[in-house]
Amino acid sequence: MPVQEKSGQKIWHRRTTAKQFAVWFGWLIGVAIFVYCWQLISEKTIWFFVTDAPKQAADMAERMVPPAWSYMDTLWGPVWDTINIATLGTMIAIVIAVPVAFCAARNTTPSRTFVRPVALFIIVSSRSINSLIWALMLVTLIGPGVLAGVIAIGLRSVGFCAKLLYEAIEEIDPTQVEAIVATGASRGQQLSYGIVPQILPAFAGISVFRWDINIRESTVLGLVGAGGIGLQLDASISTLAWTQVSLILLVILATVIVSEWVSAKIRHAII
Amino acid sequence: MSEVAARRHWKRPPFIQNPLLRWGLWLVLAVYLALAFGTMEIDWSRVAEGVTRGQRFLASFFPPDFTSRWDSIEEGILESLWMTITSTVVGIMLSIPVGLGAARNLSWRPVYLFCRGILAVSRTFPEIILAIFFVKLFGFGPFAGFLALSVGTIGFYGKLLAEDIEDMDPVQAEAIKSVGAGWLQWLNYAVQPQVMPRMIGLGIYRLDINFRESAVVGIVGGGGIGATLLTSFDRYEFDSAAAILLIIIGIVMAMEYSSGYIRKWVQ
Repeated sequence: MPVQEKSGQKIWHRRTTAKQFAVWFGWLIGVAIFVYCWQLISEKTIWFFVTDAPKQAADMAERMVPPAWSYMDTLWGPVWDTINIATLGTMIAIVIAVPVAFCAARNTTPSRTFVRPVALFIIVSSRSINSLIWALMLVTLIGPGVLAGVIAIGLRSVGFCAKLLYEAIEEIDPTQVEAIVATGASRGQQLSYGIVPQILPAFAGISVFRWDINIRESTVLGLVGAGGIGLQLDASISTLAWTQVSLILLVILATVIVSEWVSAKIRHAII
Repeated sequence: MSEVAARRHWKRPPFIQNPLLRWGLWLVLAVYLALAFGTMEIDWSRVAEGVTRGQRFLASFFPPDFTSRWDSIEEGILESLWMTITSTVVGIMLSIPVGLGAARNLSWRPVYLFCRGILAVSRTFPEIILAIFFVKLFGFGPFAGFLALSVGTIGFYGKLLAEDIEDMDPVQAEAIKSVGAGWLQWLNYAVQPQVMPRMIGLGIYRLDINFRESAVVGIVGGGGIGATLLTSFDRYEFDSAAAILLIIIGIVMAMEYSSGYIRKWVQ
């Protein structure tokens, strides 16, 4: 307990002097890095545009109201596509993620030295490449359209689902599995009766959670030509049809809020 | 006794108890899949063409070419890193007041609703849409990307901070209050130590997310490696694109490993 004696009075401090200096030094380094980075960004910025921005923003906002409600008729299709991209993509992701997760979990992997690193590499590379970049590649490969979006979302989500799932598998209660082993169950039976029932709630929760994130991500895939409402957004922005843009933003807002509500309800029901 | 046991056959209980709900869900799923595949417009001939070309496409990624475009790759990566660091710092600093305001046990009703509103709106729109608008308003370059990532960070970090504060142990907070601490002292000695370990972990996680996002805001003109990546795709220089993707994966992996160590060290 760092207590200092000052003219006969005991004063309590939160840290010892050495620790306090260490904390200050840490802050100093942090601030220095930040200032350095900020300078580099500032060099590349045209500050006239930045000071001009409030006027531009007001101008843009003015041109955005009222939203072009009649445009809604053409938006139903893209909204449906967006939901399909997210849902089917999540399904693909789950189908791939389950075996990957079982290979990556320490307690179920067939081989710790060979299979596990491969599975972990699949997880990291799928997670570190954004769905927009996946979409960019797939559009070049199989052409623009909804299918590219579905596969992009699927590939992007494999890592996320597999990571959370294998962590859930590693945290299971081993005594239950042991009880199944004691009855003479084979490896497959151990999986299906000992492990799967324990991770099923987590599995359902993860899928719904990822679906919710995917709805949000699939709204922008259209920017690179992979279908969904992003196509309309891109087209409206490039033709400067600001009233359509504001309607699209409202539709995205509504879709995301509804999906968040649905996923919260389902997760609440499961857990 | 043995006769009874032989006749009784154990079946494992289903995940969803109510049979009506269980079969209903399967039915809904089947109908949905039929509808989804029925309405999806897929140009199968184009897909088949792409799949046969796929091998050549994949082959053109190898070997990754780090050298011929190294100057622009280096510049893009560094720009992404600057954007990541500044936007994480600024985003977290801004999200602290918002998060405090959005915690139900700290703030009063109107402030709570206002802050929750900010969080909801900044969480809804993906960073890339924010980036489109910031590029329109602030011009091309990393500043627009920086702003988009900062706003995204506010939504993410502020919400988790608010939830963490709502979940804290009220006994400790009351103990500090009972010794006559002011509001700021109360925050500093009662609230902050309780939320700090988790929030540092989440801050590092957000740094990770911001780096990954900074790789795509460039596609709409927000600076960073995304612009270089898009250009290399547009020019069919897939070997350079492969190099960029490998660098991104490498940095994310390095961040993930080091974040594990930092988190262990903090706790």
